[in-house]
Amino acid sequence: MADHQAGHQAHAPQVHITPMWIYLGVFAALSVGTILTVVASRLDLGMWNTPIALIIATIKAVLVILFFMHAIHSTRLTWVVIIASFLWLGTMFVLTFADYLTRHWAIY
Amino acid sequence: MSAAPHEDAHGHHPFLQHHFEDLGQQHEASTLAMWGFLATEILFFGGVLMAYWVYRITYPEAWALGAAQQNWKLGAANTIVLIISSLTMALAVRNAQLARRMGVVTMLVLTLIFGSIFLGIKAYEYHAHWEEHLFPGASFQFAENPEQAPHVQLFMVFYWSMTGLHALHMIIGAGLLIWFIWRAWKNHFGPEYYGPVEVMGLYWHFVDIVWIFLFPFLYLIHGVHHG
Repeated sequence: MADHQAGHQAHAPQVHITPMWIYLGVFAALSVGTILTVVASRLDLGMWNTPIALIIATIKAVLVILFFMHAIHSTRLTWVVIIASFLWLGTMFVLTFADYLTRHWAIY
Repeated sequence: MSAAPHEDAHGHHPFLQHHFEDLGQQHEASTLAMWGFLATEILFFGGVLMAYWVYRITYPEAWALGAAQQNWKLGAANTIVLIISSLTMALAVRNAQLARRMGVVTMLVLTLIFGSIFLGIKAYEYHAHWEEHLFPGASFQFAENPEQAPHVQLFMVFYWSMTGLHALHMIIGAGLLIWFIWRAWKNHFGPEYYGPVEVMGLYWHFVDIVWIFLFPFLYLIHGVHHG
């Protein structure tokens, strides 16, 4: 563009080409996670059934965010937005359940 | 046919918008904006999920009964289908970074195909639930456990709305894919300008993540009554 300041160097987007083995490895991990979720749900793990399902789903989500969505190579500003969104989500859950879970002091 | 992208007379990339300094800045701005949009999406789905958990804690038995009405094999198959579509979406971005035009087209077409398979399986499940009178409203029936029926109906309200919102996102994504396949075919994307494919991917992977949570929440609740 004509109004570029002298000495300004136009730069192209940063290109981080993720190796194929990482994409395929993440895919394999997501598939194994899906199988583990099904297997774990069919076992009687007492109070652990729900936490285990949540933990596996969270690990799968983190893998997708880091590698498929390239968060690992994103700018710090993008990281702020990603972390802030989960922080607000966490705030919503924690404050709501601070109410609902303590109404009868029951352990669910 | 319009010409493939080229350096025009002014010496800048045809897809560089004039309010950006350069393609790098444009790329960063669009990625950041997409994450900003996804933050609203996380809270949007998060609100529904939170309501789901409040009622799941209130009516654990009905939630287990409701999940038992789902065909977990179809749910698991759809989870794998969606993971495959996320892999092909990620590979479409990679091919754009490597300036492989046909690679981008092929991977986007595969993503569209797997996304459509997902929607097809989902439609089959919806039809089955409709026939089973598991759609909330006047025709809802749950003879198996009349006492729990109202709460199972509430579970089904969450089932239909959560999977319905998810399917709506998939349909929007499929529409975007068709547009992107056309653009990739026109050779619009390359290492200097893969941002749109990346941003499309962010949306698609987000929708995949939503399903990663919906699958265990709606299909796989270990029954407290069997415990």
